[in-house]
Amino acid sequence: MSPVFAILAAMTLASAIAAMSFRKLVHSALSMILTFSGLASIYLHLNAQFVGLVQVLVYVGAVAILVVFAILLTRDSTRDSSVRSLAKSWLTGLLVAGAVFGTLAAAILGSRALDRAAPQAAEITVKKIGEQLMTRYVIPLEVVALLLTAAMIGAVIIAMREKEGK
Amino acid sequence: MNPLHQYLLFSALLFSVGLAGALTRRNAILVLIGVELMLNAANLNFIAFWRYSPNPEALNGVMFVIFSIAIAAAEAAVGLALIISIYRHYKTTNVDEVNELKG
Repeated sequence: MSPVFAILAAMTLASAIAAMSFRKLVHSALSMILTFSGLASIYLHLNAQFVGLVQVLVYVGAVAILVVFAILLTRDSTRDSSVRSLAKSWLTGLLVAGAVFGTLAAAILGSRALDRAAPQAAEITVKKIGEQLMTRYVIPLEVVALLLTAAMIGAVIIAMREKEGK
Repeated sequence: MNPLHQYLLFSALLFSVGLAGALTRRNAILVLIGVELMLNAANLNFIAFWRYSPNPEALNGVMFVIFSIAIAAAEAAVGLALIISIYRHYKTTNVDEVNELKG
């Protein structure tokens, strides 16, 4: 195991577990940002520079801001913090998650198809990605553009304040 | 255990942490964060398989992850808008208390 990956993986996992277990929502959001940054570094470590930077822009930038604003807008000041933050069926949830991990790990460790060495790192330039996006992937690109527009309009309409009595 | 195993195991662990969070926490925003963690674990799988594929010049994995990130961003925006809308209506973001469709 390369030491770089070991450090990044430990940091990312620790912050993911922290994000899921902190009691205060803002602490969870900050931990989540650390997780996303760690994942971006792992993408860079895997030689996918463009994806790493997109991860920083979209997740560390946009999604984190969205989450922080959502926390700000939905703050319960009336509720005391002693109320339980875990669902009633938390033990079942943990068991299900553990079972899922066990199944995945058994499948990964038992697979012979994964025994392969890394090939020579390919030169992935932004120019190549742009050319592919404009030629082979142009229809998916347009569909995603349409989806993002629809999602943006939908989000605005859903979150718009309901007028009383209308 | 070769590097590809490590990446896949790490991503499985991240997925399980996200799943555990989404299943055990009561706040809707934390459930959404758990879902985002699961999506990110899937993206990491794509990148790891792309890096260890015999033909990384094909860019398939990278393209898939770029589209997946775009869709995840749209999902987060709509999800948080729904949470804000639910909060206006029920004055709570606790998923256990939001238990009727017609309010």
